[in-house]
Amino acid sequence: MIKPRPVYLNLMQIRLPLPGFVSILHRISGAVLFIVGIPLALYALQESLASPDAFAKLSAIFSHPLAKLVLIGLVWAYLHHFCAGIRFLLLDLDQGIQLKQARQSSVIVLVVSLALTLIIGARLW
Amino acid sequence: MVRRAIVGAHYGWMDFLAQRITAVVMAVYSLLVIAIALYSGGIDYAGWRALFTHTAFRIATLLFALAVLWHAWIGMRDIWMDYVKPTALRLTLEVLTVLVLIAYVGWVLLILWGRA
Repeated sequence: MIKPRPVYLNLMQIRLPLPGFVSILHRISGAVLFIVGIPLALYALQESLASPDAFAKLSAIFSHPLAKLVLIGLVWAYLHHFCAGIRFLLLDLDQGIQLKQARQSSVIVLVVSLALTLIIGARLW
Repeated sequence: MVRRAIVGAHYGWMDFLAQRITAVVMAVYSLLVIAIALYSGGIDYAGWRALFTHTAFRIATLLFALAVLWHAWIGMRDIWMDYVKPTALRLTLEVLTVLVLIAYVGWVLLILWGRA
């Protein structure tokens, strides 16, 4: 049984609709979390539990402006991945699968994750 | 004549489910940690350390870590499958991903129980 497969798609020429934009950001944020987020989180967990000195040193490292920028980027990646993930779970449960609601929930995902990143980022800074 | 339809090994369905179950585990743990942090008004060394003396919290953290790593495997494998066409390179990246993730399991066990 030969099933029809998707044809060649040129990524550079595709104009993504809003839900597609949320989807590719979900993928990008996931890759960022894998490459930077997981090792950094493990390192931070290790140092934060090692000793009061190590905890203080870790706090000092994360108070550097560059480190804060990295941290805020990761916070956004986590929040976007989280919010978009919740949206995908709801779509799997057949919630909000009409075009209008799907577009609305895409906007909600983008806005909520950015707003929370701003709030947390402001507190971090 | 026997008509055979190739239906596969269903590992795609297994991965689909695993990706969603691990997502729920991670979401619940994330909200739990945020709730604890908000309830205790921030995190200092003593409070953080005390939290990890509870075996239940260590096990919850281990479950979260395993969920993250399993979830990351499925996600990264999908990315390699979609964008890396040369088989040798893709296989290399997939193997490296698995090795790194297994190493992380060891690391997280060491962090959680290494010092006792």
